Amino acid sequence: MVEDRSFAGRLFSMVNFALLALVALVTVLPFIHVVAGSFTTNAELAAKKFILIPTVWSLDAYRFIFSTSTLFRAMTVSIGTTLVGTLLSMLLTSLMAYGLSRRDLDGRRVIMFLVVFTMLFNGGMIPTFLVVKELGLIDTYAALILPSAIAAFNLIILKNFFQNIPDGLEESAKIDGCSDFGILFRIVLPLSMPAIATISLFYAVTYWNTYMSAILYLNKSEMWPIQVLLRQIVVLASGMDYSSSLDSEVPPPEQSVKMAVIVVATLPILLVYPFLQKHFAKGAMLGSIKG
Amino acid sequence: MEETAAVRPQAAAVRSTSELRKRLWRNRWIYVMLLPGILYFLIFKYIPMFGLVISFQDYKPFKGITGSEWVGFAHFERLFTHPDFWKILSNTLILFGLNLLFYFPVPIVLALMLNEVRSAFFKRLFQTLVYLPHFMSWVIIVSISYVMLTMDGGIINELLVKLGFSKINFLLSPEWFRPTYILQVIWREAGWGTIIYLAAIASIDPGLYEAARMDGAGRLRQIWHITLPAIRSVIIVLLILKIGDVLELGFEHVYLLLNSMNRSVAEIIDTYVYTTGLRQMQFSYSAAVGFFKSAVGLVLVMLANRLAKKFGEEGIY
Repeated sequence: MVEDRSFAGRLFSMVNFALLALVALVTVLPFIHVVAGSFTTNAELAAKKFILIPTVWSLDAYRFIFSTSTLFRAMTVSIGTTLVGTLLSMLLTSLMAYGLSRRDLDGRRVIMFLVVFTMLFNGGMIPTFLVVKELGLIDTYAALILPSAIAAFNLIILKNFFQNIPDGLEESAKIDGCSDFGILFRIVLPLSMPAIATISLFYAVTYWNTYMSAILYLNKSEMWPIQVLLRQIVVLASGMDYSSSLDSEVPPPEQSVKMAVIVVATLPILLVYPFLQKHFAKGAMLGSIKG
Repeated sequence: MEETAAVRPQAAAVRSTSELRKRLWRNRWIYVMLLPGILYFLIFKYIPMFGLVISFQDYKPFKGITGSEWVGFAHFERLFTHPDFWKILSNTLILFGLNLLFYFPVPIVLALMLNEVRSAFFKRLFQTLVYLPHFMSWVIIVSISYVMLTMDGGIINELLVKLGFSKINFLLSPEWFRPTYILQVIWREAGWGTIIYLAAIASIDPGLYEAARMDGAGRLRQIWHITLPAIRSVIIVLLILKIGDVLELGFEHVYLLLNSMNRSVAEIIDTYVYTTGLRQMQFSYSAAVGFFKSAVGLVLVMLANRLAKKFGEEGIY
């Protein structure tokens, strides 16, 4: 970066910095506010005594939301979906990405075109729903995973990454008698760890955020992942207990309870975020996006 | 000579077919690797595409596609003559326009600003903070907004009252739907676009800046004349993708914001498809509506791509 010591240059830098700091602050303040609000009593929130740091600390909200099995069940669904989904997606995506990275493959261009085309046009919500229905996947957990098993975007990134691995390595492995699967699992994948890690995290975050698939394909409320439960509680302001949602005597959840559920729904992402961050900073992915 | 010439193409054809066969056989495991992925795309992407034929039928699930009768363009006629059609279409297009106008420039500006930060530490810090919301689901984004914007103790309304204003019903009133929507979009997605632009900026030759400084160009002029033109291709590609995208992606977000009070501005094509298709079970009609929207999106992308090429840029295909 070229230094610019003139007055105009330094003023520019200061204003630039200040504005960016403001933007960064505004971006995270809502999160901080919600986390803070979840660790206090509702009385304090109602008294509006603070914004960012609670004056009275309390675990009431968390005690309440974990007092029934509803939240646990939703979390289990979400965790299960995320683990299984990420594994399956990574398997399918890596296999296909590697296959498509081989330049001497006949039909490669056709398949790539078919993949890219799905990014521009698709059958839409209703036909996809009907396919899922015909496959008998309604009200199954598989419906949360299979319809979005491969993301074309991730596939292309991984394919480009594999393509950048020097041919020499694969060729010498072939000469040594290594099978195609062997090359993939013993040479290409170990060399691609940054990309694999990043794409896995992409998938994991997507699966954790599963919401629309659940709304479309699941009718039973016991099968809800956590995002659907979150919406139920915060946006629709219904209670934590499904059976009581028809009971108008149950009061809507309090602010601190809503905030606590938001925190629970967000926490895993915040935990993996530093790892994601590391790979972005490396720019490991960005060269492949350009491709 | 002519005989050899006649024999040669045949021999060449035979040679290349057998070469092809050899290659296919040699690569047979690669094709096995591709199989699961191809199956996925066939089943969950292409079969639904072909399923769009039900837009031209009176589809009944128990009759299947082969058993349902054909109605031609009846559903499309019904859509275009629906009293709310123009309202729904304009709602969709207005959100689309808001996206292009207010959201699209933000990552570009942020990337330019971040690029000017000299400290690597702060650059990383700001980046990290700004693209955090991208990884939150729309449910989380909307939930946080709800908790802050509610009239019933939400922090924003409390601040308004403290400053002497009256409370605003952000969540229910039609007037506030669009501002709330676009602010949420910017909050969530601005950081993500920034990464991509920053990557493009990072590949600019520093020598260019040095030369510009020698010529007396200040920081702003350097940005205008060096940085911006260098990332022009990336901007255009992302713009084209955005155009294809926007008719699609709004659904989850808008669905969460939609309620009976703001329906007049919040009902977009996708929410209409959802309601008529999955709530009212009018499969053929809603499929037709969805088809209309996807087709328009595709045409827009193709037009944008051609336009970009006319200006000498690479399109996305």
